[in-house]
Amino acid sequence: MSDVTPREYHQARWNEPVVMELGAPGRRGITFAAPEAEVAAVGPAAELLPPAMRRKALPLLPEMTEHDTLRHYVRLSQQVLGMVGISLFGTCTMKYNPRLSEALGLRPQMAEIHPLQDPATLQGLLEIVWNFEQILKALSGMDRFTFQAAGGADAAYTHVCVTRGWLEATGQLGQRDEIVTSIQAHPCNPATAAAGGFKVISLPLEEGGYPSIEALKAAIGPRTAALMINNPDDMGIYNPHMKEWVRLVKEAGGLAFYDHANFNGVMGKIRARDLGFDACMFMLHKTFGGPKGGGGPATGAYGCTEELARFLPKPMVNKTASGFALDIPEKSVGKVREFMGNLHIVMRAYAWARGMGADGINEASDISVLANNYMEKELLAVRGVSKSHPDIGGPRMEMTRYSLGTLKEETGIGVGEVANRMTDYGVDAPWLAHEPWHFPEPFTPEAGELWSKEDIDTWVAVVRKVCEEAYANPDLVKSAPHNAAIGKVQGEGCEDPARWATTWRAYLRKHRAASQQQAAE
Amino acid sequence: MEAQGGGAHPWMANSTEEAKAAMLRAIGAPSIESLFAQIPEDHRFRGRLDLPPALASEVALKRHMLELLKKNSDCEQNLSFLGSGIWQHHVPAIVDEVVGRTEFLTSVWGTPSSDHGRNQAWFEFCSMLGELVGMEFVGLPVYSWGCAIGNAVRMASRLNGRREVLVPAGMDPERLEVLKQYCEPEGSHGHIAVVPVAWEAASGMLDMADLKAKLSSRTAAVYIENPGSFGVVEARGAEIGKLARAAGAEFIVGVDPISLGVLAPPAEYGADIVVGTIQTLGAHMMAGGGAGGFIASRDEERYAREYPTLNISIAPTDRPGEHGFALSLAHQSSYGMREEGKDWTGNSVYLTTIGCAAYMALLGPQGFREVGEVILQRSHHAAKVLGGIKGLRVAFPCGFFKEFVVNFDGTGRTVAQVNAALRAKGIFGGRDLSADFPALGQSALYAVTEVHTAEDIARLAGALQEIVA
Repeated sequence: MSDVTPREYHQARWNEPVVMELGAPGRRGITFAAPEAEVAAVGPAAELLPPAMRRKALPLLPEMTEHDTLRHYVRLSQQVLGMVGISLFGTCTMKYNPRLSEALGLRPQMAEIHPLQDPATLQGLLEIVWNFEQILKALSGMDRFTFQAAGGADAAYTHVCVTRGWLEATGQLGQRDEIVTSIQAHPCNPATAAAGGFKVISLPLEEGGYPSIEALKAAIGPRTAALMINNPDDMGIYNPHMKEWVRLVKEAGGLAFYDHANFNGVMGKIRARDLGFDACMFMLHKTFGGPKGGGGPATGAYGCTEELARFLPKPMVNKTASGFALDIPEKSVGKVREFMGNLHIVMRAYAWARGMGADGINEASDISVLANNYMEKELLAVRGVSKSHPDIGGPRMEMTRYSLGTLKEETGIGVGEVANRMTDYGVDAPWLAHEPWHFPEPFTPEAGELWSKEDIDTWVAVVRKVCEEAYANPDLVKSAPHNAAIGKVQGEGCEDPARWATTWRAYLRKHRAASQQQAAE
Repeated sequence: MEAQGGGAHPWMANSTEEAKAAMLRAIGAPSIESLFAQIPEDHRFRGRLDLPPALASEVALKRHMLELLKKNSDCEQNLSFLGSGIWQHHVPAIVDEVVGRTEFLTSVWGTPSSDHGRNQAWFEFCSMLGELVGMEFVGLPVYSWGCAIGNAVRMASRLNGRREVLVPAGMDPERLEVLKQYCEPEGSHGHIAVVPVAWEAASGMLDMADLKAKLSSRTAAVYIENPGSFGVVEARGAEIGKLARAAGAEFIVGVDPISLGVLAPPAEYGADIVVGTIQTLGAHMMAGGGAGGFIASRDEERYAREYPTLNISIAPTDRPGEHGFALSLAHQSSYGMREEGKDWTGNSVYLTTIGCAAYMALLGPQGFREVGEVILQRSHHAAKVLGGIKGLRVAFPCGFFKEFVVNFDGTGRTVAQVNAALRAKGIFGGRDLSADFPALGQSALYAVTEVHTAEDIARLAGALQEIVA
């Protein structure tokens, strides 16, 4: 066991008011040049609008200087832990985001380009897209990739749309109306399938940590449109029967889609096409170095075989004798989002892949799996911590799911309270688990290739420390956080229509009015 | 170029032999390869990945990336009049600093305290947007305006059980295609029919007779945009809203929020659900990467319980007088209910959202008024100048915001020809509408914003005069 003492940490605490309370009448953060005489000659602006559509009262926004606005948001940023501390947020692969790409992203050749410019003026961007597509083709064995989907869930949705296009073209739409997935698959798979008009069949987990082939066989048939499945799952368990799964689904006449959200541990080790899959998706904001940004802008790269490529969203980037062109696939399903996608994230992913190279990418998956198994060894030595499917031996992939069920039973302290207390040591909360929870009080860290052995040791030391506190002084953990910008949030009212407030004006109406009334009485 | 560094990669701390050896020792595993024992051999790819050579040095990588990016020709070095869903507005410098802060850039999903500043910025975004559109309930943004329309229409359909949506026939084709996707094709289980309503030839506003003819007990929602896709302000919003409600349909209004310092908030003319873009609130165009959309409504349970978005609410903490922020109605999302959830959610455009918050705070009420007025005057001035060129005609010359339709039929040239000639002069002409809207003939949609000066318009006019002469 490594001998690391968690560091003392205290988050900035600015007591920063909500922006709506800041500023003073008449202050300005930005002004816009008065129009030149020939422009002003069109007459007063308001008269250029139909009377019924003129705004009568100005919006109740703060009136702040440029400096005050900047300071406010810098202060807010200082009250965010992010990856300044240690964040081993599982399933999201916390990876370094090269700042070179952030700097490049602000150059006008990336920031100030319009999606409807003539392709002749976007050749650099289209070349990046095309180059990156070749890289993903090599990593997956697929024939084509689209980058229109604005996240992993949107790429799953893209598969649902492509499936519909394929069903329509083959005269099976309406007949094949079921999509099969696993209860352990990311919620975006069943959710996008349902939003796309399909009935969802979720297979339960069985011995070994994955659904049985018998359950799959019972679920598929003439109504099967597709299988949407991830592997390994978030517990770090790889389903060794996946090739047989894919064979069975295709034999039943459905498509097989590989949700490659957990690609980090298998990069360069397996290829979706080799396993028989028709399609797959990668998350560029995760596996390929794009920033998390608190949740996007993101890119879900959706790849498929030549047979399905004719259904892909439009446009696609093609290489021609005279450069790169935008083309519409023969039976395109249309669009899942406006324009071509978050190509500024594709630019970052391409730069990341070039910075890594084939050897680097292979090494990254090596290190991810090594680091996870190292961390598992350390974590399981902590009192109160166990792992999911403890009976399944052997090394896990790039993640392991743990449980604090024992800690909860023995101390009353659950994983939410532990997560709160962890942030007191400068370590951000880990991912817990998607619904439904198969194990009590779950948490899912992922070390990836970024974090050092010392970071992992520190992370484990913090878990150990907090678990020890739970046994010795549960109230200390229960009342955490103690070193954060704010105290523990009491979120019960967020589910109550009389109390929730997603805007300041709703807050004023529901809470300020009530407290003023109370004061008056 | 062979990388140096003794095998240690700058982005991988444990790429040193020492770290690997120490971890293997601790596990007691003979090799890294042995850790992949779960994967059957016949699943393994044993070939050599066919990738271009690594550029592990930042010097080399930067050079390579710049060589590629320099092949782009951008809207700063050229004079651009492209709009149609992504617009060239001024992005204040502090927005870039705020969005670039490492803390915002790298946050994921911690606790309400570890993410406090970010959650506050999100709440502020929703609060300020709520002031602009006149609504009390605002969800966290979705992927784009088109996606927001799709979500809103599905909300409406769930609310009243109807399966038809009326939309302007002049709706932007990109947004329309996304909406149609969300409405599912015919034959799909959840299909919602998208029915176009014609525009008045003279004004570009919705044709009321056609609207009345198409409104029925099947109508789940009536969707209009203000300004519409041709830039035209829909003056009869209130009347359309009344008709929609009388038919039992929801009234959904799409807006470009940068107009809302001068244009009436949709809540005032009866909108039930408001959607729109967030790109114009301080996001760079990024070839479309600046896209983002929002959904807002009255704070009524009926609507709130249909939101597919993540929502953030202000909430008390355990310290008296202090507040924090927490998710609201998360259970109804796909994270909470999987296939039973409302549509789906996931990563969205939440970093853009923080930049938009800074943008709205920076502008304030007077900034929004001013930018709206400047855009109105500059775009009307440009329309007047272009309309004065022989052979050019502005299709809907009154009551537009930012964008207007220029018809080139009188020049005997196609928009494609005109735009190619403009491009040779360093000008990106307006978006070619001829393929999507044949009824408009050879027409282009010109976008003029606060970044365009009188001199820019004179330069455009001079170039057009030469081209069509």
